[in-house]
Amino acid sequence: MANTVLSIENITVQFGGVVAVNNLSMHVDEGEIVSLIGPNGAGKTTAFNAITGVYQATNGRVIFNDEIILESHPTGKMKKLYAGENADLYHKIISKTPDKIAKLGMGRTFQNIRLFKELSVLDNVMIAKHMRLKGNLFTDTFMINYKEERKLREVCLELLKIVDLYDLRDEVASSLPYGKQRHLEIARALATEPKLLLLDEPAAGMNPQETEELTALIRKLRKDFNLTILLIEHHMNLVMDISDRIYVIDFGKLISSGTPEMVQGDQRVIDAYLGVADDE
Amino acid sequence: MSNYVQLLLSGIAVGSLYALIAIGYTMVYGILRLINFAHGDMFMMAGFFLIYIAAIPNMPIWGALLLTIALTVLLGFLIERCAYKPLRSAPRMSVMISAIGVSYLLQNFATYFTGGLAQAYPAIPLISNKIEIFGVSTKLITVITPILTIILVVALVLFIKYTKIGMAMRAVSKDFETSQLMGIKINRVISMTFIIGSFLAAIGSIMYFSYYEQVSPTIGAMPGLKAFVAAVFGGIGSIPGAVIGAYLIGICENIIKSFPAIADLSNAFTFVLLIIILILKPNGLFGEKLSEKV
Amino acid sequence: MKKNTKIIASLILAAALLGLLIFIDNSELKSSMLSTCLQKGAIYALVAVSMNLLNGFTGLFSLGQAGFMLIGAYTYAILTIPVASRASVYQYFDGGVVQFAIPVLPAILIAGLMAAVFAALIGLPVLKLKSDYLAIATLGFAEIIRAVIQWQQVAPLTNGSNMLRAFPTYSSILFPFIISGICIAAIILLIRSSYGRAFKAIREDEIAAEAMGINMFKHKMMSFVISSFFAGVGGALLAMFQSSVQAKGFTSAMTYEILLIVVIGGIGSITGSIIASFLFVSSMEWWLRFLDETQFIGDFEVPLLGTGFRMVVFSVVIMIIVLFWRRGIMGNKEFSWDGIFKFFKDPFGIVSKIKAKGAVKKNG
Repeated sequence: MANTVLSIENITVQFGGVVAVNNLSMHVDEGEIVSLIGPNGAGKTTAFNAITGVYQATNGRVIFNDEIILESHPTGKMKKLYAGENADLYHKIISKTPDKIAKLGMGRTFQNIRLFKELSVLDNVMIAKHMRLKGNLFTDTFMINYKEERKLREVCLELLKIVDLYDLRDEVASSLPYGKQRHLEIARALATEPKLLLLDEPAAGMNPQETEELTALIRKLRKDFNLTILLIEHHMNLVMDISDRIYVIDFGKLISSGTPEMVQGDQRVIDAYLGVADDE
Repeated sequence: MSNYVQLLLSGIAVGSLYALIAIGYTMVYGILRLINFAHGDMFMMAGFFLIYIAAIPNMPIWGALLLTIALTVLLGFLIERCAYKPLRSAPRMSVMISAIGVSYLLQNFATYFTGGLAQAYPAIPLISNKIEIFGVSTKLITVITPILTIILVVALVLFIKYTKIGMAMRAVSKDFETSQLMGIKINRVISMTFIIGSFLAAIGSIMYFSYYEQVSPTIGAMPGLKAFVAAVFGGIGSIPGAVIGAYLIGICENIIKSFPAIADLSNAFTFVLLIIILILKPNGLFGEKLSEKV
Repeated sequence: MKKNTKIIASLILAAALLGLLIFIDNSELKSSMLSTCLQKGAIYALVAVSMNLLNGFTGLFSLGQAGFMLIGAYTYAILTIPVASRASVYQYFDGGVVQFAIPVLPAILIAGLMAAVFAALIGLPVLKLKSDYLAIATLGFAEIIRAVIQWQQVAPLTNGSNMLRAFPTYSSILFPFIISGICIAAIILLIRSSYGRAFKAIREDEIAAEAMGINMFKHKMMSFVISSFFAGVGGALLAMFQSSVQAKGFTSAMTYEILLIVVIGGIGSITGSIIASFLFVSSMEWWLRFLDETQFIGDFEVPLLGTGFRMVVFSVVIMIIVLFWRRGIMGNKEFSWDGIFKFFKDPFGIVSKIKAKGAVKKNG
């Protein structure tokens, strides 16, 4: 049995009266590619943001690499408002910030590309290496650890070669075409030296050929970097092609999970995507 | 006893004035997310307007008051149109810098025009008269100010709640882009906000200077900053919050002024209060948490 | 241009500037307006660059520069007034409580450190919040510190609202240039380091920066503390330049002026801030002075001119820059020989515009 890298237990995210993610539990084992799919507005990105610490989940627990990165239960005003389940399962509040979680080895990309727009392609990647730097403010400013900095630059240039951005390394990030920006997001996430990579709709806006290339790239990255990958995606071809397992959510709730074949045949999934016949 | 009454009375009066200025800050911030650094200077300009207008021969005092209010409103409107509107799509920092530029310009202009010296504020009949309450002699203005402030605040709250433009204001402060898509004429709403803010600043100015009796080019900065702190204290964007914050600051400040050893620090107190509220309740008393979409 | 040519050109430029300064220092120009503007420009350049580090490179809107300069200036003055002069400076307070004096350079360093300590104290509660509050909290802090320094209870230390004077100043006008130069060089190195990149990442996108493992609070704090340190050093230099300090001079208008220098130079450009400082100081102190005096052209008295008119013109110019020329002199670019070279080949892009028009005509 493989090691579990990420385990999500009963996560609920509630904004005011709206339950965006409802009692979601899932796990990702080492070396797997797992996809989280669901219709628009199902709560996928919210779940991602709760895992990576951008939002604090209202209830539930997330364990990454045997370390609790999030544990929460409804407090304050939320105690009355809470509309989810398992409210008395957790008693502590642990909420690691996104930077701590990144440092533990969870890298991510963003659905609505969030590059450092005015900075060069190379700088974008090098920023992600900042937290791995051994030098301190003083040695770094006065270039006492210039060897480390030089090595770091080489590693980043290698990464750019892998995602085919080496020739564009000095361009400003915002000047790249859309597809290249998505690649840069991946390179930047890789530079954080992740064990688990979270990709939020990496193929959004790509044409079939680009999507195919991306599929190949994701496979290659898993192999070359020993990665475990959690993916949100709408391109069903990509998802079915690449995933070891799939979780399907709708209205914040898990409705199905299993291998691509199992999920594809599940009536609840078909209903969620196509609408139930009775409704029409 | 009479000493405490005196303190409380002047605290409430000053607090009311801060409230009138704070509303201008909080409404503009609510809609544009802009700290309008020039708002305090508007207040100063209103002071000078009355001085110069009242000096015109045969000008009746009510005419001077009305003209002052009209000119201040016009100035507020023009500042928004000239200095903030062109920067609507610029980063927020640019707009704040523009506001600082306007503040700098108004102060320098006032210094040039008036020669930089403090000038005496004309006594307005009736409200500058002395009266006696609870055995304390004070100007009528001390009593009128809180009453007028409360009336104005209630009127404003009703205006925002029940009129069409008030509803538009609330919509814009919740979500700028969406309300634009819903067909709200954003520029009209913003202009209205500045007009209301300037109107209240003009009223506040008339009462403030009737109370303190002189105007100088840099006098707007301090009450302006304090009013802003009041707005933050009450939760920025919330009108009742700003009013409560303003009263609190006004009263505490007057109490501090009554102790000679720390009287010099009454201005500093306001900012200590700011730091404390930011630590304890960063969104202010009635503020809503604004979260960014990721 | 080749790299070697660039290095040689830079060295020649630096040597020429140094030569000019030495010349001024040893001629009667030393007490001229030119020399005053150069010295004050050098000091303002340091403070503007320190503000740019925060506002331009880290994206934090802070308005506390005058407050930190005040702390720097007072720390320097209090620590260096010779013991013999203290009785006359602190004449109302029995010579004050401090009865020692330390040498100039350590005093400048401590001046910076004191400003940094205060910055850390304000940053602790405020930097965790939305950045708008930083603007108002720092502006408020600058007001508090001015009030506290003039407070009667601390007067034996600060001399209350009276002037501090008789502390050592510099004899050569090279001094402010050297100190400013070293400090600005350190800031440039910082910005080009990995930490500088992290600051820029925060400016560009806080959420993405955090997802890349950058500790938001820690890095904002670093930038804020470092910026304040150099503002403190700038304050100490300003005290030396003026040869006296008084708390009431460090108003929010001073912060606004420094902010406007940063804007004129270009938010996010170090060289821009430096150039703008000299331009700003020279126009304010020197070139626009004539606007403050009544002038005649023949028999015609030019209208409007008079005391204070200079500042009105000045603020109008600044508003025009803020509104219509938002990038300032340098945008977010730095001085480079390639840039200069390009400029002379194609000033303001005129040549390429004409060429483009020509091309359109040909095609049409």
